[in-house]
Amino acid sequence: MIGIILLVLVGVALVLIVWIVGAYNGLVRLRNQLENAWAQIDVQLKRRHDLIPNLVETVKGYAAHERGTLEAVIQARNMAVAAKGVAERAQAENVLTGALKSLFAVAEAYPDLKANQNFMSLQEELTSTENKVAFSRQFYNDSVMTYNTQIEVFPKNIIANMFGFGRREFFEVKAEAEREAPQVKF
Amino acid sequence: MWEQIRANRRRSAILITAMVIMLALLGCAGGYALAGPDGAVFGIGAAMIVWGVQMAAFLTSADSILLHGAYAKELQRDDAPQLFNVVDEMKLASGLPFMPRLYLIDDPAPNAFAIGSKPDNSTIAVTTGLLHRLNRDELQGVIGHEMGHLKNRDVQFMTLAAVMLGSIVILSQIIWRMMSLGGRSRSRSNSRGGGQAQLILLVVALVFAILAPIMAQLLYFACSRKREYLADASSAQFTRYPEGLASALEVISQARVPLSFDCKATAPMFIVNPLAAQGDSVSLFATHPPTSERVRILRSMTGASLADYEAAFRKAKGAACIGSETLRGATPLAVRAPSEQGPIQTREDTRAQAYRAHGYLSVHCNCGLDIQVPEGYERDTIRCIRCGSVLPVPTVAPAPETPAAPGSPLLYTRTRQGWESFRCACGRTIQISPAFAAPFIRCNSCGRQIKIQ
Repeated sequence: MIGIILLVLVGVALVLIVWIVGAYNGLVRLRNQLENAWAQIDVQLKRRHDLIPNLVETVKGYAAHERGTLEAVIQARNMAVAAKGVAERAQAENVLTGALKSLFAVAEAYPDLKANQNFMSLQEELTSTENKVAFSRQFYNDSVMTYNTQIEVFPKNIIANMFGFGRREFFEVKAEAEREAPQVKF
Repeated sequence: MWEQIRANRRRSAILITAMVIMLALLGCAGGYALAGPDGAVFGIGAAMIVWGVQMAAFLTSADSILLHGAYAKELQRDDAPQLFNVVDEMKLASGLPFMPRLYLIDDPAPNAFAIGSKPDNSTIAVTTGLLHRLNRDELQGVIGHEMGHLKNRDVQFMTLAAVMLGSIVILSQIIWRMMSLGGRSRSRSNSRGGGQAQLILLVVALVFAILAPIMAQLLYFACSRKREYLADASSAQFTRYPEGLASALEVISQARVPLSFDCKATAPMFIVNPLAAQGDSVSLFATHPPTSERVRILRSMTGASLADYEAAFRKAKGAACIGSETLRGATPLAVRAPSEQGPIQTREDTRAQAYRAHGYLSVHCNCGLDIQVPEGYERDTIRCIRCGSVLPVPTVAPAPETPAAPGSPLLYTRTRQGWESFRCACGRTIQISPAFAAPFIRCNSCGRQIKIQ
């Protein structure tokens, strides 16, 4: 009689341990996915910084007197490279996006430049890099959402509290520059 | 889509077990009918070997087998930069750890599919008909849909089913052929008492051999059509722009060009039912839900998250689609604005891409014609068919100061700014893109370094 009770208890304990291990591993996997996604954002931003000098050189070859726009782009890029801290970087990246938009708007007026193979492939690369930055941020936020849900849902929040899995923040772009509508100058 | 991933894993396990049992029974019945009780054991053994070969083929080269049947050619990043960029973006948005390989199918029908046996060994193939009909947002929607299939493990399950289907058909054809050729004469030499049992088993073997392909087909098409809706929902979530996929599906289904190769075995893996253009669309054996339905649900979404897709699905069909566990963390997400579109790739550019992927040399004549020289062209010159002038086929020359011995350095001088292709000394064609800026390139076949000037 006691033997059976003991067996049942051991069985229950085993099942519990297996479940705890599974839940812990799941949370660890989610957290690593999160951190990987955060690193990805950095990779894409750096890629954008590296593409810009090449773009500026190409445009200079055709539109040398658009000095003001080109210099604004270079300056914005250098500031973005030098920025530290999340808020400052988000701000600098937004300024850079604005400068790039005006550069492409300027390039519309030069049909030779638009037809240049190099410029076209650079434009595609930059559009793609902008998209990749956006998507990596998006994926980071999606991962944060999944992770936060998992550590707050009932059975797993005990494990989370026990092993110290904290809530993570979303990557919000709080810069005022984002909310400005682009100015149309006549 | 946790529920779908778990369901696919379960289905794969069930499929493998069912295959083992069916193959064993088939082999046993066939072997017995052909050569008595010893034959049965031999039959089971042979069937197990077949199963082993199947699994090995599935794990190692499933995609190359299926891609070969579609005449697909692998693309490099230089060949199709926009496509690679779009796939990269979707890889980031979906969180897929490995980049799938990209293949191009030279076919006017617009379609795309994904295959692969493992998450890190997957492939996405698109047709040239797709590349010159879709703009960037629509292409993104289609690739997002395929990524959804990859993430939900639909692709692994479908590839397993395709490999199993192929070998079941082959095995039953072998048995059928062996039986009709003369297995019956051997069974008469057994004792008379077992004659009736022999006949029954013979009938069983025949029935099996006929039923096996039909059963395999049913198994195949019974795969739920729900997986297409789930992949649509994933695509909307990844791209944050459901209208992209919706208009892509419309373009594809309105094209009404049937695929030029036989796709019955791989039909469930395409994004839109390729057999629909040939007339077979909504039936019990249909592999995809009707495209108009999918487009309607996507267009009625008010946001871009899974919860929004679920709401739109419920309104249109009155049934649940996504499981509750996946929906638990899904907060409503806003739809992004459509991105600025560059021009859609022209048909000529897509054709040039297909030529490059197939390894053709492109020779430009002064009259304006671009001549595509196939790989393996032996001579050094070619005649332009429009103006008749004789053009040299660009090949590498031995570098000055050294004789043309094997292993000596080779030199190629660029003649223009755009795409260029030339022949290496070993005969292989090499293409360099306009953006190629390195001083050296290595030939893939003979490994020699070629200096580019």
